[in-house]
Amino acid sequence: MTMMATECLLQLCEQRYELEDYQSGVPRWCTGCGDNAILAAVQRLCRDEGLRPEKTVFVSGIGCSSRFPHYMRTYGFHGIHGRALPVAEGVRLARPDLTVFVNTGDGDCCSIGAAHWIHAIRYNMNMTVFLHDNQIYGLTKMQASPTSPRGLKSNTTPRGSTLEPLQPLSVTLGVQNVSFVAQAVDWIPETLFDIVKAAYHHKGFSFVRIVQRCPEWLPKMWDPWLHDPQRILMLKHKDGMQLSEGLGKVYKNQAQHDPSNLDRAREIASNTDLIPVGILYRNPAVPCYEDLRASRELRTTEYLRKGLEAEFDKFTVWPQ
Amino acid sequence: MQTAQKTTTTLKQHIVEIISDSGEGAQRCGQSLGAIAARMGNGIWTEEIIPAEIRPPARSVAGASGNRIRIGSGRVTNGGDETDLVVAFNEQVLLGRVRAGELQPGCIILLENMWRSNADPVIAASYAETHRRLVDAGYRVLEIPMEQECRAIVADPRRGKNMFALGILCNLYSLELQLAREQIALAFGKKDQGVVAQNVKLLEAGHAWAEAHLDFRFRIPAERSKEPQVVINGNTAIALGVLASGMEICAMYPITPATSASHYLSDVFEKVGGVVHQAEDEIAACAFAIGASYAGKCTVTITSGPGYSLKQEAIGLAVMGEIPLVVVNVQRGGPSTGQPTKVEQGDLLAAIFGSHGDAPKVVMAPSTIEDCFYSIITARRIAETFNMVVVVLSDASLATSQQPFPRPAFSESWIAPPVDQSAIPEGMKPYDWNAATGLARRFIPGQANGMHTLTGLAHDRESHVAYDAESNEESIHFRSLKLAALQRTLKTPPVFGAPEGDLLVIGWGSTQGAIEEAVASLREEGRRVSSLHVRFLQPLPGGLKQIMQRFGQVMTIEGNWSDRPGDAIIDEDNRRYSALAMLLRSRTLIDVDCWSEVKGQPIKPGAIRRVLLERLPAAMKETSR
Repeated sequence: MTMMATECLLQLCEQRYELEDYQSGVPRWCTGCGDNAILAAVQRLCRDEGLRPEKTVFVSGIGCSSRFPHYMRTYGFHGIHGRALPVAEGVRLARPDLTVFVNTGDGDCCSIGAAHWIHAIRYNMNMTVFLHDNQIYGLTKMQASPTSPRGLKSNTTPRGSTLEPLQPLSVTLGVQNVSFVAQAVDWIPETLFDIVKAAYHHKGFSFVRIVQRCPEWLPKMWDPWLHDPQRILMLKHKDGMQLSEGLGKVYKNQAQHDPSNLDRAREIASNTDLIPVGILYRNPAVPCYEDLRASRELRTTEYLRKGLEAEFDKFTVWPQ
Repeated sequence: MQTAQKTTTTLKQHIVEIISDSGEGAQRCGQSLGAIAARMGNGIWTEEIIPAEIRPPARSVAGASGNRIRIGSGRVTNGGDETDLVVAFNEQVLLGRVRAGELQPGCIILLENMWRSNADPVIAASYAETHRRLVDAGYRVLEIPMEQECRAIVADPRRGKNMFALGILCNLYSLELQLAREQIALAFGKKDQGVVAQNVKLLEAGHAWAEAHLDFRFRIPAERSKEPQVVINGNTAIALGVLASGMEICAMYPITPATSASHYLSDVFEKVGGVVHQAEDEIAACAFAIGASYAGKCTVTITSGPGYSLKQEAIGLAVMGEIPLVVVNVQRGGPSTGQPTKVEQGDLLAAIFGSHGDAPKVVMAPSTIEDCFYSIITARRIAETFNMVVVVLSDASLATSQQPFPRPAFSESWIAPPVDQSAIPEGMKPYDWNAATGLARRFIPGQANGMHTLTGLAHDRESHVAYDAESNEESIHFRSLKLAALQRTLKTPPVFGAPEGDLLVIGWGSTQGAIEEAVASLREEGRRVSSLHVRFLQPLPGGLKQIMQRFGQVMTIEGNWSDRPGDAIIDEDNRRYSALAMLLRSRTLIDVDCWSEVKGQPIKPGAIRRVLLERLPAAMKETSR
């Protein structure tokens, strides 16, 4: 099947995608699981941005969150526990033409894959990363995770967990080369979508922590925040998230926050009583690893042959 | 200058080593000597003598750093037996080599003599005592005032002595001085002309000193090959293989002794549009490589034992997802951190059976430096043809040894094709396994109609998570079948020696040269022994059993552990066999014996010869009949 280049272009322009074009299978998450909200926001993003399904890859690790790629009708990579980020980095370096998303959970990212997380921030490769943080291991049936609050009773901490939780926002904001950090909650779909969209549009490692409910193991965990909108701190800014009038009426605890202010972002992140929602930090000037490493040459056979022969020349002893 | 009456002895081969404290340039001297001999047309095999520490204390018995060069008339396939001539910059590093049994009885020793008059009486006494003992032990010790002679040319003789020593050796082995000058110009080419000129001066001074003061010289006849030859070590060969294979990404984490391959690759890969990604750890390196391979480029990760262990889960993922991947394991001594700089063949079973569950992957082992180069090209092609993980098992000996081989003639067929972005035909599934071969088209992101989620979970042909009995068994069946499909394409390896006899020796990896040298020497004496070297370990090529059946006994020689039948509590019920012996026993049901050692050194042809002689009593009678 051949067609003219212009014809091909026309066809591409005409290509419209509907939500169904991104839907695959029936999610097997529990009713009320925050993952469903994230899936809805992401599918909407794909449709609105007209992302070509064959050019889009969702990479995940292991856990409830990591089933995500199976429910997208795009390419997906459901790998091994903790290693979603290095896999996604490999995809990104090999194929800059693909759009890369990562779905990872609090166990996957902040525990078994923590080393990769730190370094992924440093590499700052262009990908959008969703940390589905429900503060519990769900798939393995209720063990404390690094983000579980102190005192949480779980199957591995029957008398309450003994450690202070790790703060994913603080950790991310503390790493050199951080370029985008935002936070959303699964129960405010409008801001969730806005943040997902802003993350997608940032070129670099866009890290979105999504505070997520687990109706199965921690059904009441977020009730204090759900019942008291004052405990949500809405971060607004002309360069950050905008708040609709309707949401502004419900979430009255609002603050102006300039996402270019890293110190202020760190301060906000360290306040654990309130849940800040919005864009904490954005710096489009941080270079992406794949751009720093990319070859500027067209890699033809002849180009390769020349390079190889030059190396053989160095080692040829006879004849010289 | 008085010229002594010289005797010139013609030799078939000689083993020379140059040893010093770390940082005194013995490595450079040895490498140059090897290169010059190769330029003369001699066969060479050079090995590094590396202390385990970066900076061991000066004048320490365990601190010998240097190079060992076997120069031969014809092609040299291994490091040979004990050393015939050694240049030592102090007597302590020499002692280390003597104690390790590395020197031939009567070995010629050219020893720096400045220590005799050292201001520290302890050092002076130690030198005198060691010298006396060496002479008493029958070594031919020649004391040479290297430092003193060099002082006339350079302010700091510690930084020039190695080229003076090179001059002596060029004289001793009748090597052309002009070639040596050229080699120095090449080696120091990046530095300014003054450095080159000074080193040439030192070289010439050493040459002149030997001419005037030594009454002997050797000549190892050389014949220049008509084909162009390259001289590199195995790690450089692997890196060049990566370049030649058309792979574009290497993800790695530093580990001895694999790292030098990545060093070289880092230097040259970008010149052909490639990237070496130094990941944050071994697991990340493997996962990164898998991600890049999944996205359409076959990728390589280079590591050594401990790193190989860390990668196991990720390797299993590549097996499960049927993602092409090349994993190079430059084996070192194990288990655990083991002996990072020493050679061992201890990872064969881990390579084949590593990763949990049934995780079939291809395992191949290059046996020469040249083979290191071509193995990577082959590995890439197999990986992409069969959508499999291909493990290439090199080792510390191949990694650091140098040997000339014909300069490869570039072929377009080496190179990976561009990423296939053609649309997937309607109805085709991501794992449409061929019933006969288990092969399926590789789906690559960007291909229209191919959208699916690759998963490490059990899956059906559509890549949907599937826990049902049928899907699970079917997928395991087809992933395994691919090994058989590959096996059908493999050639039976040739027998070295006669096709039948009393004893067949089977080896794999870096031991080929030593085994064949031992076998050849015994065959010259009429012994009915042959050998066979296996390059593919998983799957094993066909036809092995038929060959083995034509020999009275079959045994493997390997650089890994096998129980010693002489131990009081070792018997046939508990004896642990070497890795390849174990594989061959289960594959052929033939009673394959084995002999192995784990000394951290390449197995010497002499040691193999002794072992074979022990197993060959019957052959004596037969040949005498």
